[in-house]
Amino acid sequence: MSSDEEEEERIPISERKEWLDVKPIPQDEGLNPVVPIAYRDDFRETMDYFRAVYLSDERSPRSFYLTTEAIHFNPGNYTVWHFRRLVLESLGVNLHDELNFIESIAKVNSKNYQIWHHRRWVAEKLGTEVVKAELDFTKKILFLDAKNYHAWSHRQWVLQALGGWEDELDYCQKLLEEDIFNNSAWNQRYFVVTRSPILGGLEVMRESEVKYTVDAILSNPENESPWRYLRGLYKGDTSSFIQDPEISSMFLKVLKTKNNYVFALSLLLDLVCHGFELNEEFKEAVEPLRPSQPDPPESNFAIIICSVLETIDPLRSNYWTWRKSNVTS
Amino acid sequence: MDLLSGELEVEKHVQYILSLEEKKDSLESVAMDYLRMNGAYWGLTTLDLLGKLGTVDRDEVISWVMQCHHESGGFAGNVGHDPHILYTLSAVQVLALFDKLDVLDIDKLSDYISGLQNEDGSFSGDIWGEVDTRFSYIAICCLSLLHQLDKINTEKAVEYIVSCQNLDGGFGCTPGGESHAGQIFCCVGALAITGCLHHINKDLLGWWLCERQVKDGGLNGRPEKLPDVCYSWWVLSSLIMIDRVHWIDKEKLAGFILDCQDKENGGISDRPNDAVDVYHTYFGVAGLSHLEYPGLKAIDPAYALPVDVINKIFFGRK
Repeated sequence: MSSDEEEEERIPISERKEWLDVKPIPQDEGLNPVVPIAYRDDFRETMDYFRAVYLSDERSPRSFYLTTEAIHFNPGNYTVWHFRRLVLESLGVNLHDELNFIESIAKVNSKNYQIWHHRRWVAEKLGTEVVKAELDFTKKILFLDAKNYHAWSHRQWVLQALGGWEDELDYCQKLLEEDIFNNSAWNQRYFVVTRSPILGGLEVMRESEVKYTVDAILSNPENESPWRYLRGLYKGDTSSFIQDPEISSMFLKVLKTKNNYVFALSLLLDLVCHGFELNEEFKEAVEPLRPSQPDPPESNFAIIICSVLETIDPLRSNYWTWRKSNVTS
Repeated sequence: MDLLSGELEVEKHVQYILSLEEKKDSLESVAMDYLRMNGAYWGLTTLDLLGKLGTVDRDEVISWVMQCHHESGGFAGNVGHDPHILYTLSAVQVLALFDKLDVLDIDKLSDYISGLQNEDGSFSGDIWGEVDTRFSYIAICCLSLLHQLDKINTEKAVEYIVSCQNLDGGFGCTPGGESHAGQIFCCVGALAITGCLHHINKDLLGWWLCERQVKDGGLNGRPEKLPDVCYSWWVLSSLIMIDRVHWIDKEKLAGFILDCQDKENGGISDRPNDAVDVYHTYFGVAGLSHLEYPGLKAIDPAYALPVDVINKIFFGRK
């Protein structure tokens, strides 16, 4: 309930003039109450009256208002939302007002599937006139929780169904500046770079995106997301990946810090297996990372890298052992 | 395997689940009443995995389940609610636990589900049209349990699921959606049931999944998020379905799950010292079953039902 409503005394529905003709219907499987609390009685009463109008299919303003009350008590109840939509359609309620209502509920129930679905349903009806409203709405929710899966999913739908791509890359940029570890923002960045009708596609964007990603990696090499993003930039074009001098230089920088190099070694391993040749500088960077010199000494650097990973990433040692077994000399 | 980090408090968890039935009038219970069908599935499956399904009144449960049956063929989350694909699967799963699938009008139910398939192969949750790969899994799982997969266009269903595959090998809720372990479970499960796992790059996905394990042994659902017991199911089942479960540290994961128990009052929570709920209790126990914790029944990773239940359905024997 909003703070405004908490200040007003709630009048029991049974005492409201406009409801005197309705007989509330209690829940079928009511049992002995545990502890009677005033709040629970209000909730129960609201649902008893809801049940009455739902079963008689009364599509009136008072029914509509009742669904508002029921939703405030329990926004997860999909039957109430379902009935609200029926009433909305019958009455021709102002859908812009509905968007405001949804926003007020969503802010305190941001992971509720019913709310997001209802929002999409309303937005779909209003169409392109609400593109800005929808982007602003998801922005507000993401401000509270920048990884909210529902918000991102809604935002992706808005872009594809209604448009509004112009500022999306900037928005991703801003979120990543706030938290470079936000995997959802990285995912959205990829979504924009590959699907935006304005930007020109992955090939065109690759150079600038690689620069951006390498910077992100160098500031936090332990961050999983930019490493995956980097792989995505070179999708289907491993030879470009291997030949890019920026990539080589990035590897060397990370390895030489002797810190947080798990993801670096993992990607290096993949590239080596695809033909990336390790020059002397690389070999000198990897050598000091080896746990110990096995007997007889290993000269295959792919195998050496696997051995390092087995040691420094013990949770996944079985995976690295398997990778090692797959290395062909 | 050696699990010295803690014991599974079987009796306490059984009592916790049974007590939920008694607390039906608590505020929490009333607030969740619209998804009681899911709650029933989580609670009853957990009891079965612990070997205690006999502690509930089978006829009472089945009678209540059938009261949730809607004339459209689908099931609602509780008496007096509207049908939805989510609760339809849970209802079928509950009936399967009690070996009472014969009470169903299978044609009607199959029509309800096949009616929810869209032209692009995706599935909606109900008449209002929400689309999500969760619903693809639900439709396929449900119809498969009833031997009615031919009622839908499985080729298009698979095509849609594959369109939700991301470069990291994972899957999102819709094409382009961020890879998320819950969605991955749904897509992998659906592909497993339809015999289409060849669409998955198992090595790539297996690696993404095993990267979900964090230092304390728990699993998260996406990079840089906190571990949560429910991912012991979503991630673990997915790894098992693609034969890569040995890529995580199973002992550490089991330790994490056991640490999430409320050893006084029963139940399991999302992470250590948080409040318990039946959802996490189910996922914790199911996860331990996958990890072969002693004394637990085996659970099928694709159907999310005990293996003996699945064997009865597909091979006519327990």
